[in-house]
Amino acid sequence: MPETAAVSIRKLSKSFDGTEVLRDVSLEVQTGEVVSILGSSGSGKSTLLRCINWLERPDHGDIRIDGDRIGVSDSGKPMSRRELAGMRARLGMVFQGFNLWPHLSVLRNVTEAPIHVQGVSKAEAEERAMALLEKVGMVDKRNDYPYTLSGGQKQRVAIARALAMQPKVMLFDEPTSALDPELVGEVLGVIKDLSKEGYTMVLVTHEMEFARAVSDQVVFLDKGIIIEKSHPSEFFVNPKTERVRRFLELEVPVA
Amino acid sequence: MSNWDILWSSYDVFLNGFYNTLKLFGLSAVLAFILGSGIVFLLEGSRPRLKIPLRIFIDAMRMLPFLILAYLLYYGLPSAGIRMSAWTAGIIALVIYHGAYFAEILRGCRATFAQGQVEAAIAQGFSQPKMFMRIILPQLILKTRGLLGNQLIILLKDTAFLVIITVRELTAAASSLSSTYFIPMEAFIVVIGFYWMISIGLELLIKMIGRFGAKRGFENA
Ligand SMILES: Nc1ncnc2c1ncn2[C@@H]1O[C@H](COP(=O)(O)OP(=O)(O)OP(=O)(O)O)[C@@H](O)[C@H]1O
Ligand SMILES: [Mg+2]
Repeated sequence: MPETAAVSIRKLSKSFDGTEVLRDVSLEVQTGEVVSILGSSGSGKSTLLRCINWLERPDHGDIRIDGDRIGVSDSGKPMSRRELAGMRARLGMVFQGFNLWPHLSVLRNVTEAPIHVQGVSKAEAEERAMALLEKVGMVDKRNDYPYTLSGGQKQRVAIARALAMQPKVMLFDEPTSALDPELVGEVLGVIKDLSKEGYTMVLVTHEMEFARAVSDQVVFLDKGIIIEKSHPSEFFVNPKTERVRRFLELEVPVA
Repeated sequence: MSNWDILWSSYDVFLNGFYNTLKLFGLSAVLAFILGSGIVFLLEGSRPRLKIPLRIFIDAMRMLPFLILAYLLYYGLPSAGIRMSAWTAGIIALVIYHGAYFAEILRGCRATFAQGQVEAAIAQGFSQPKMFMRIILPQLILKTRGLLGNQLIILLKDTAFLVIITVRELTAAASSLSSTYFIPMEAFIVVIGFYWMISIGLELLIKMIGRFGAKRGFENA
């Protein structure tokens, strides 16, 4: 029996106001794999990521997390809010703009969902949170409020917050694009550590060197279509399409 | 006996009025705030059928003088067969009137709320009520604390109108003493003092919320 993919996307399509943003996108992410999604601005990368946890509702196709379909229940009807919330909790999402909750301390940002969504006890949630804050190097700031943090620190807390739900898969939407260049490294370092620990991750990024270093699979989206899907050693060295070759010339500075 | 001595000898009338005003104010403020928050919650997201009636309710209240609403509930409704005590009518009037204002204040702020935070909560599996209670509402309160404080003071002052529908609150106490002993000046000066006391208490509360917010970066309310 073949292993169930952590994420399996089949023939996904999505339009906004009649404009097709994703067309027939299929993608499998195996457990433990890191998949990077590349593509120029507007190619549909964020939309694809947001469809995975149903922040955007796809028009066609299906998405399975660990074999279970998200958004549509077994009977074929749309999932109830509760079912959907349960599926979403299997996915951790990290946004470009951090999206921390400013009225809560760093620690409470991380414990909020485990306590109030998963029903974990406060003590256990805090224990979990402390371990994660340790992992992202933010333990010292646990009692601080988000507005006092740098962008890189905010993003590391946001990663801890997403991990706190013990998700099956982590989704990152350009996690370093809003950061000053000198802060990019600390966030990429954390993501790299996660990849070494075997986390399953789907990552939208413009950091080519990084994608090359951590990915098991690179996917290139062009106008909502996956035009290349390959191992980074293949993708960056020997792209199959002219489109990717041009993209790489523009994105990867010649050393 | 000076006019002030007369008032002093009837301090229990004032205290009783003060107590009633506090009770009216406290109860109505809490219920109005719950109503206002409830309306804003119902205006969240996917309930288009509720949107229009709720907007109409908010605007109708905002365009209505409070006194007329109180009159209507106490003197008008009996002709439709609905009778209630002056207290009940007064509290209902305060709650729905100021509830609409609270809703409007919170709704205006909700419209400018960063969508990303809401998405982060959805992505973590928050249900709508939990997200509203834990993520959205606390921030709306921190951001609108100045406006909420003003509205509370207006609510406090509106309790004085209820003298007209025979509620025995602070203004009623002053009014009855002033007409019994013909000392309007002194009697009303005393109640002003009481209203100021409550208002100062409210100011302190808002300041406390302000400090709580400032610690979290909610500087400009
Ligand atoms: N909610 C929306 N409503 C309407 N159009 C949208 C919406 N979200 C995205 N789009 C459009 O869909 C297209 C793809 O957007 P998407 O955000 O997925 O691109 P992207 O590859 O993530 O781009 P970027 O690199 O700039 O983040 C764009 O043309 C965008 O304008
Ligand atoms: Mg994007």
